[in-house]
Amino acid sequence: MLFTSYEFIAFAAILLLLYYILPKTAQKYVLFCGNMIFYAVTGWQNLIFLFVTICTTFGAALWVDKNLKAQKEQLALHKADWDREQKKAYRSGEKTKRKMAVAIAAIVNVGLLAFVKFPHTQFQFLMPMGISFYTLMSLGYLFDVYRETQEAEKNLFRYALFVSYFPQLVQGPISRFNELSETLFKEHDFEGKNITFGLYRILWGFFKKLVIADRLAVAVGTISGDFGTYHGSYIFLEMFLYTIQLYADFSGGIDVTIGLSEMFGIHVTENFIRPYFSKSLKEYWRRWHITMSTWFRDYLFYPISITPWMQNLSRFLRKKCGERVGKRLPVYLASFIVWAVTGIWHGTTSNFIVWGIINWFILMVSEELEPLYEKFHARFIPASRRGWQAFMVLRTFTMLCFLKLFDCYATAGEVFRAFGSAFSEPNPGEVGANLFSLGLTPWDYLVAGCGALLMLGVSLLQRRESVRLQLSKKPFALRAAVGMGLFLVTLIFGAYGVGYDASQFIYNRF
Amino acid sequence: MDTRKEVLEILEELHPDIDFETEKSLIDDKVLDSFDVVTLVTELGSAFDIEITAADMVPENFNSLDAMTEMVENLLAEF
Amino acid sequence: MERTVNEKKKTGIRIVAVFLILVFILFLLQRLFVPKYMGDVIEGRFVGEYYREEDKSFDVIFVGDCEVYENFSPVVLWQDYGIHSYIRGSAQQYIWQSYYLLKDTLRYHTPKVVVFNIQSLQYDESQSEAYNRMTLEGMRWSPAKVDSIRASMTKEEHFIEYVFPLLRYHDRWNDLSDDDVRYMFRTEPATFNGYYMRTDVLPAENVPEGRPLEDYAFGDRAWEYLEKMRLLCEENGITLVLTKAPSLWPYWYDEYEKQVEEYASAHELTYINFLELQEETGIDYSTDTYDGGLHMNLTGAEKLSRYIGPILLKAGACDRRNEAGLAKIWEEETVRYNAAAGRMVLVPGKIRMGAPYCN
Repeated sequence: MLFTSYEFIAFAAILLLLYYILPKTAQKYVLFCGNMIFYAVTGWQNLIFLFVTICTTFGAALWVDKNLKAQKEQLALHKADWDREQKKAYRSGEKTKRKMAVAIAAIVNVGLLAFVKFPHTQFQFLMPMGISFYTLMSLGYLFDVYRETQEAEKNLFRYALFVSYFPQLVQGPISRFNELSETLFKEHDFEGKNITFGLYRILWGFFKKLVIADRLAVAVGTISGDFGTYHGSYIFLEMFLYTIQLYADFSGGIDVTIGLSEMFGIHVTENFIRPYFSKSLKEYWRRWHITMSTWFRDYLFYPISITPWMQNLSRFLRKKCGERVGKRLPVYLASFIVWAVTGIWHGTTSNFIVWGIINWFILMVSEELEPLYEKFHARFIPASRRGWQAFMVLRTFTMLCFLKLFDCYATAGEVFRAFGSAFSEPNPGEVGANLFSLGLTPWDYLVAGCGALLMLGVSLLQRRESVRLQLSKKPFALRAAVGMGLFLVTLIFGAYGVGYDASQFIYNRF
Repeated sequence: MDTRKEVLEILEELHPDIDFETEKSLIDDKVLDSFDVVTLVTELGSAFDIEITAADMVPENFNSLDAMTEMVENLLAEF
Repeated sequence: MERTVNEKKKTGIRIVAVFLILVFILFLLQRLFVPKYMGDVIEGRFVGEYYREEDKSFDVIFVGDCEVYENFSPVVLWQDYGIHSYIRGSAQQYIWQSYYLLKDTLRYHTPKVVVFNIQSLQYDESQSEAYNRMTLEGMRWSPAKVDSIRASMTKEEHFIEYVFPLLRYHDRWNDLSDDDVRYMFRTEPATFNGYYMRTDVLPAENVPEGRPLEDYAFGDRAWEYLEKMRLLCEENGITLVLTKAPSLWPYWYDEYEKQVEEYASAHELTYINFLELQEETGIDYSTDTYDGGLHMNLTGAEKLSRYIGPILLKAGACDRRNEAGLAKIWEEETVRYNAAAGRMVLVPGKIRMGAPYCN
């Protein structure tokens, strides 16, 4: 069920209605049923995958929790008769047990994910919706319990509700248990503000998805689908349009998720903070798909980089190659692993893996060049100058355009071939002449362009405070007009449905 | 031995340009990034002979000099 | 306390107001965006025109695709035989659509005779979304329309897009013309009791033979609906007459013919294949077709009407020229008809054969 389908809108509307007309105690059951239906319509076998994940992580977390309590009791019991060494040995023994339990659950779930994601197997059709997202969510919870920063959830139903929460199944965000559970399990009063704020957010999401992303997708699809015809300067057009498309689509989807949750009275973490205004790739990764990058940081990068093995390596390198190398190399190594995994998580084909590694490479190089930059700024242009900042933003955006191209082709080889052709076979004249035969009319470009400008304008407005908050202080007539306008514009200018082609309606006299 | 002073020394060696006495939200304001945190964990770990785990790597523990000092002292007390 | 009640009231009024304004705007937009079929393509107007008829007590109803609405002239049937008839035809009308159009027609009046052209038996499922639209959108809402939509939808279609055609036609924003504003609420009639008049001539030449098919058997679904139509007629005491228009193309295979003949004789239905009646009807493919033998022009349609008139009378239709009310309606229709045909003779009553065309 796509967000931009009639079924989803009807489904969400019915669910909302039930959510608020039934007694408040029923709210979580309504949501749970919603989750299950949402899953089941994509294929009943998906429910099996989901429940394997729910049960293994829930069970492992519960076991860890139980073990921790038992350990505490044992230690209290033997407070007097065990010496320090005994206690330490016992503690580390128990910890190993917990580690094993967590490892088994993690291996099962990562294995499941790898199994369905691995390309060219006969099981490809199984690919359960949202498995990439809910696997990370449930593992994050399990790791938190293991780290003793999170109490284990004792109620399987509540836990299942968290993992399967349907609005975030399609595109994320990857919520943390402690954050989402705060509002997810509560009973919610019907509040006008939640409804209107949520509705505005959803409308905005639909606008971004339907008016901008789905329209640009046509041209991007035409170019990426036929390299033989569309190469050379087409590639620049492709990466530029795709960069806009991806943000409109992804952040639009997140808007729908957050807005719909808001209507349920549930708070979901933000996933984007105007990422295309970043001044460096490093900053970009703090502002784009935030819940994913923080997940990989907290549960992969940190643990890997502080393993005893890494620390030993660091000490060894410091002795042999000096302070600087000793300090940095292990971190870069850990970072490399994380980026490779991030790439694989996006997709198991070579383009995604290379994409991850290139991200890592750029981050590492800019880290290494940092002192050079500082010298440059001290001598020439101060980094704080506005013109320089604008240049940095543009530079980062251009770099992102190149990086995003990795999504557009099936293998890394094809992406590099496209890069090569972009520079070696310039044909801007041809691109200009064919601009309107890529599936978009001049009108389409105009609509998408205006949409993108509106998106840019809203981003600029957002810097002060949420646009909806600003809007809520305006007179009712204006608020209503903005809402209606957004709805009508999306309704008419959205690229959905069969599409009207007058020539279809010319009766061909048969 | 003054823990705070030792932590400050490590910090200043890492980032001589930052005034750690006044900064109170090093992580939240993105003054320190994840690379710095990892380096710090290694440094503090070997300087004080403590084991800082991933669970300790949360913003609250690294936002200020005092927070880091407190974390180190807590970990020292465990042993 | 009173204040919060007032606040609530205010919010309620605001919500209702916004809702009403939105509905009104959507209504206007929908009227603006749906195609008006006022240009080259006019077939989308046919189905809806039926509801404008003053006197729906038609004795004969034709259902089917272009092979009915371009081949029979109700005006001639009235003038020569006093038959009050209407053609519920539309472009590429599939058999289930014909069935539900007939059902829809029965909501207003039960005719004596129904003529169905069996050309559409060869389609077992809808071929094109655009044709679905042109047939279905003109229908008024009734269970028959709902069933017809369900039976017709192709894979990528959604029922809700029939309920709110704006969802289907929203993309026309860069295609809107003056006509969309001018005919927002009412279009001009396109047909004469469902008959689409063409007066131009394109002689039939070198009509190709049909290519051999793998399978000539009509599909189960097509048969199912023919059977349904037959039973519906039987239940309502209607005589069902089957026809095959004299179209040289698409090719009518002998294997098709055999299946229809068998069905007709098994159920004692009259079946007229005009392809075999060239002599009797006097159809001349060098003058009576406007597109090289695919469809009849005015002279061809009038010839077919004269041939089928007596058969319809025999099947139960009657001469109603003595009904003053009807006569008046037909008089007006004839004036319009003759004007459109460009005939010099504008006298209602008898039309001279071979009258010179002015255009």
